Amino acid sequence: MEPIAVPGLKPLAPAGPTGQAILWRRLVLTGLLVLALLLPFAFKSFIVFQLTMAMVYAIAILGLNLLTGFNGQFSLGHSAFFAVGAYAAAIMIEGFDVGAYWTLPAAGAICFVFGFLFGLPALRLEGIYLALATFALAIAMPPILKLSPLEPWTGGVQGILVSKPDVPFGLPLSQDQWLYYVVLAVGLVLALGATNLVDSRTGRAVMAIRDNPIAARAMGINVSLYKTLTFGVSAFYTGIAGALGAVAVSFVAPDSFTFVLAIGLFVGMVVGGVGSIPGALFGGLFVLFVPNIAEQVSKGLAGAVYGVILILVIYLMPTGAAGLVRLIVHKLALNWRRKHRLTQGA
Amino acid sequence: VELLLHQVLAGLATGAIYACMALAIVMIYQAIDHLNFAQGEMAMFSTFVGWQMMQWGLPYWGAFFATVALSFLAGVVIERVVFKPLGDAPVLSHIVVFIALFAIINSAAGFIWEFTIKPFPTPFGTQPLFGHGLISAHDAGMIAITVIMLVLLYMFFRYTRIGLAMRAAAANPASARLVGIRVGWMLALGWGMAASLGAVAGMLIAPVVFLEPNMMLSILVYGFAGAVLGGLTSPGGAVVGGFSVGVIENLAGTFIPHVGQELKLPIALALIVAVLTVRPSGIFGTRLVTRV
Repeated sequence: MEPIAVPGLKPLAPAGPTGQAILWRRLVLTGLLVLALLLPFAFKSFIVFQLTMAMVYAIAILGLNLLTGFNGQFSLGHSAFFAVGAYAAAIMIEGFDVGAYWTLPAAGAICFVFGFLFGLPALRLEGIYLALATFALAIAMPPILKLSPLEPWTGGVQGILVSKPDVPFGLPLSQDQWLYYVVLAVGLVLALGATNLVDSRTGRAVMAIRDNPIAARAMGINVSLYKTLTFGVSAFYTGIAGALGAVAVSFVAPDSFTFVLAIGLFVGMVVGGVGSIPGALFGGLFVLFVPNIAEQVSKGLAGAVYGVILILVIYLMPTGAAGLVRLIVHKLALNWRRKHRLTQGA
Repeated sequence: VELLLHQVLAGLATGAIYACMALAIVMIYQAIDHLNFAQGEMAMFSTFVGWQMMQWGLPYWGAFFATVALSFLAGVVIERVVFKPLGDAPVLSHIVVFIALFAIINSAAGFIWEFTIKPFPTPFGTQPLFGHGLISAHDAGMIAITVIMLVLLYMFFRYTRIGLAMRAAAANPASARLVGIRVGWMLALGWGMAASLGAVAGMLIAPVVFLEPNMMLSILVYGFAGAVLGGLTSPGGAVVGGFSVGVIENLAGTFIPHVGQELKLPIALALIVAVLTVRPSGIFGTRLVTRV
């Protein structure tokens, strides 16, 4: 059948990015990567450390995003996985002399199992009820870490000091700069992994469950399995972030992992863009820098300034930074196409 | 057995605090269909306003009702100014705005009234009730007021036109608008009512925990737990849930050896999560049936 030409109606653009869009995206990504590689030489070591921490948070937010953004499961408890990852790394490094880099996969694996197990009861809960259950996990974590029977390993309230790894191969870098590159590399690998996961058959199943669990089940997707696995993978990401954080800060203590951290990660995810992988980086930067900015504006009213900034950010971009970028790119593309058509017509 | 009885009663007394809070939470959940994370801070701020009025020389009940009225207005204003422009933004964005409100109110209260703890008067007196040391007059008064509020709310939602309209607006905004309910104003009304309920809860709680900007933090957590345990759709359930959380917490602290005291809160929460896995919508909550 011939398509009916309706005057004034544009043909729909093909779904998915066109060749030009992919080219642009690659250019932007390469530019950002070069920028990221140069940054440690442009700033003082404290700022390099802050950027490292922002990337660590970004990895944790990425983990949370896999769970909430792509699978639709709500969590206010990711500080617990972050804590488990951090403590696993710290105990392995200080107690068992494991190399700092080897603790990353180990901490990730421990968190995967932990997250998978927590995902089992979470299967029964939805929405706000799940939020409360995960929030309970976040609240429970610091007292558990402080427990006296566990003190020989966790160091109780005192926490554990972690030594930073030395710069290998005699590279002319400071420890902070080297750690920055380590975190950058790990973050890139994890982000790439997340992108591929989301684009895969598994990723489509995970998103189908978010969009309509009943339809997903009817199509033969094992909803329980995928939901618990997503919980595990999400915890895996956040656990690795925790381990990196422990090494970067070179200290772990129970009170660094309260529910305030969980809420921070959640805010970072929403501000960066729910269901956006690059958005996590923006979220990480927001979580790290905006409270500091608020403090500089006014010491006494830091919380209020932070809150006002947060509300303004949500007004400005209700779907997060990723949503805003998408909107701008879309508008620009429309404009460009319109102009293009005009010049062709003339 | 006497220890058990004593602990249960003590638990009921703290449970009354949580029940107040849980009631306010369920109330706003019914009206706006979201959990308000800033609820506790709003209550705290209202309590400070009441305290300030008493400092200026108003009698207790005068300050009490003035605070409730002011809180109602403040709740309406917050809805109109902060949440109306947000419109149809995703739920997660709404929650972030709740968190922002939390930060703003907490920090503002600390800025205005400082972080030192202040005593708050009680209208019921602190002497033990019936001459025993089991339960104080204030605790009994708190429980009584909670129950009265519950009955009033139940009647409001069950028997008045406007209560019905509010429930409709929360449950199905589109259909409610089609039958002529002004959904936006129903939401604002819900915010106002929740704010004044919070003010009542705050002023009842303040004599027990003392007034300071962070007084509501743990109470909010317990209140949520109570509300969720009882079922977010049921005000009566929220009150029962609040009382049970108080009792569970107290019993866990007393009777579980070694870790009981240290892990009081986690144990209470773990129990609640365990209950939820059996009854995912809370004990008294109605299960939502989804249409495919």
